[in-house]
Amino acid sequence: MTDKQRDVLLSIQDLHVWFELRRFGFGHAGYVKAVDGVTFDLHFGETIAIVGESGCGKSSLMKTILGLNKPTKGKVIFENLDVGALSGEALRQYRAHIGYVQQDPFGALAPFMNVQQILEEPLLINGVKDAAERERRVRKVMEEVKLTPVDDFLHKFPHMLSGGQQQRVVIARAIILEPKLVVADEPVSMLDASVRVEILKLLRGLQEKYHMAVIYITHDLSTVRYFSERVFVMYAGNVVEKAPVNSIVHNPKHPYTAALMDATSDPDANNALTMRELPPGEPPSLVNPPPGCRFHPRCPKRIENLCEVEEPYDLQADDHLVSCWLYK
Amino acid sequence: MNSFKRNLQEILKYPSAIAGSLIILLLVIVAGIVLATIPYSEAIRLWRGGEEVWYANPQYAPPAWINYFRKEKLPVSFSLDSLETDGEKIVTTFEDVDGTTSRTNITYTFDFQADVVPQEMSLYFDAVYVSKQPFVSIKWITPDGRELRVGDFGVDKRMTYRLSQDEKLKRRLGGVVPMVGLFADPNSETGVPLKGTYQLVLESVSFEKDSSIHAEFVFFGQVFGLAGTDHLRRDLTLPLLYGVPIALAFGLLAALGTSVLTMIIAAIGAWYGGWVDELIQRITEVNLVLPFLSILIMVGTFYSRSIWTILGVTVLLSIFTGGIKGFRAIFLQVKESAYIEAARAYGSSDIRVIFKYLIPRMIPLLIPGLVSSVPAFVFLEASLAILGLGDPVLPTWGKIINDAQTNAALYKGLYYWVLEPAVLLMITGLGFAMLGFALDRIFNPRLRGI
Ligand SMILES: Nc1ncnc2c1ncn2[C@@H]1O[C@H](COP(=O)(O)OP(=O)(O)O)[C@@H](O)[C@H]1O
Ligand code: SF4
Ligand SMILES: [Mg+2]
Repeated sequence: MTDKQRDVLLSIQDLHVWFELRRFGFGHAGYVKAVDGVTFDLHFGETIAIVGESGCGKSSLMKTILGLNKPTKGKVIFENLDVGALSGEALRQYRAHIGYVQQDPFGALAPFMNVQQILEEPLLINGVKDAAERERRVRKVMEEVKLTPVDDFLHKFPHMLSGGQQQRVVIARAIILEPKLVVADEPVSMLDASVRVEILKLLRGLQEKYHMAVIYITHDLSTVRYFSERVFVMYAGNVVEKAPVNSIVHNPKHPYTAALMDATSDPDANNALTMRELPPGEPPSLVNPPPGCRFHPRCPKRIENLCEVEEPYDLQADDHLVSCWLYK
Repeated sequence: MNSFKRNLQEILKYPSAIAGSLIILLLVIVAGIVLATIPYSEAIRLWRGGEEVWYANPQYAPPAWINYFRKEKLPVSFSLDSLETDGEKIVTTFEDVDGTTSRTNITYTFDFQADVVPQEMSLYFDAVYVSKQPFVSIKWITPDGRELRVGDFGVDKRMTYRLSQDEKLKRRLGGVVPMVGLFADPNSETGVPLKGTYQLVLESVSFEKDSSIHAEFVFFGQVFGLAGTDHLRRDLTLPLLYGVPIALAFGLLAALGTSVLTMIIAAIGAWYGGWVDELIQRITEVNLVLPFLSILIMVGTFYSRSIWTILGVTVLLSIFTGGIKGFRAIFLQVKESAYIEAARAYGSSDIRVIFKYLIPRMIPLLIPGLVSSVPAFVFLEASLAILGLGDPVLPTWGKIINDAQTNAALYKGLYYWVLEPAVLLMITGLGFAMLGFALDRIFNPRLRGI
């Protein structure tokens, strides 16, 4: 926990997001339990990182917060608003309160619109009728993300920009409505290594300037220190460890987090930034997750007759919350 | 749009696209000129008109230019009117002293260089008198200077005199049909016509003060004008020219209506999914097994053959076809694009997503398909007309072929009658097809990356 006591902006309560699997288009064939019982609070102006392997449900969690997915069970409360209960126009308006930075910047920009058109869209949709006012705000936000000189970029189409510049446009679009929360879903994983740090620093700078809350999603633990105050580690639809960033880097508690840290601190080469080699074994099926602790088939510290039988719950270990029987 | 300009520049790299565009441009220009010079009502009046409009044309006459391809030249039709100032004729009028009797001489002069005699020669008289008919006597002067008496008779107010039907003339010519007799070369035994300058001289006397006489001489050759004539003596240039705007309008409107509506409906289905999508899919499947042409024929037979009705039914039946499945497949893919997810995240409504994000992505795919589908619709309209289900009032290419067919044109060897509209149909189809193929090649590589 941070020392400052702040109001809760977003509260996730026992959230489940399941996707129904259908056989031949109708017959029911089970659920993909992409998010399976996640609980946390996010405060005004706070930054958190969500870390986990690809496919563990990070994007599903984010899309539910954005109101793009419906919660199967549990609640998403944003400033006293029950997001899961919204529909139609109210949902549409709610979505505009959250900035969204996607993974693939080129895919995130309509190829047939130029930068000005792209940045004007959120303004147009959210009732900024005056064209001069729109242009003023577009120019201002372009200065903020350092797409300067503005006139050089205003009429460019996405394919004329570099990956880094495209991602700056995406960030500009995410903050143009001055949201209280920005969700950045692996914002640098598809960029050249050389521009990753630049983009993360930009996001960090904007976060500090505007006191936005940011949820930074990544599969790369090495980048979380640029950012967040707290780190949530996700595994197979569950958050398995919640901890302050400094403490998690030096003292991971959950065996899965420890494995991630080992992979990241690997002194050898670029592999350090990916986590393909560790931990051994495959991520589990989200349709039929392993019983008990979902990590037990891959866990080196597994406790026989307990881990594969009973599901661990959040246990306090120093300033960490860890979902692991080791801390009972 | 910027990328649009780039695509246009790329078009110039394809010779087939340039050729196709030129053909289309030419057709459009012709259509514009036709519509500007022949008003719709006038076109219909001429097309529906009978003898009174077309009396001066020969029947079943191929176009004059076929002489370039023939060794044995056919005589070209023409007419000379004593009232009009052009043409080779001389009109002289003498008045008597008392002011009642007057003489008018009309001389028609023409050059005859064909190897075949004409179908017919006629005089259309227009006489003004109260009770006493004017009297006319007609002479035929051959190139070698012989003078033949053709006929002498009193002229009615409106009267047609056909030389070939004059039995007396036939007797005077020794029993041969007048057309052969009048043109026969006396030194030839095979009966080939004598070439040179002929004259037909009318000497008339009128017996009243304000009496007058006019006559139009019509030479019904074996060939006529640029396009020839049909069974009703109609000049085929009219339907051939007027068919251009009709074919273009039908083809383009049907293609545009079909593609745009198909795309919008496919987008709506793909976006909303669920029962909306199911409904569209089922309608498409049912429509695909319905016999398209039979429905059109039924509509044409029992309801209306108006081109607008047929156009509407065509578009309606063409929306729910394979195209909708193709569009849907791509829309389902585009629907998952990150930029559409982003648009929803900043609050776009469904309608805005469909029209501002889904459909614009499809335009590059739509254009080649639209252009390529024009010929099919042009041919469809022609086919219906050939089957006798064309618009009953409009002069169109299909209608010409239909007339040709009912008059056994090919059996009679009147190939021009079928070939002229067929060639125009082919050129039109070719123009759009060539442009469409090129556009497909230009636009589609970009689409593979959706
Ligand atoms: N709309 C959906 N329908 C069905 N399954 C989905 C859907 N979205 C995500 N999933 C599944 O949920 C799981 C988690 O995916 P995702 O949240 O994208 O993971 P991450 O972002 O951590 O890589 C994956 O197995 C994925 O296939
Ligand atoms: S609960 Fe058991 S299996 Fe799961 S992480 Fe802890 S020790 Fe390993
Ligand atoms: Mg993801």
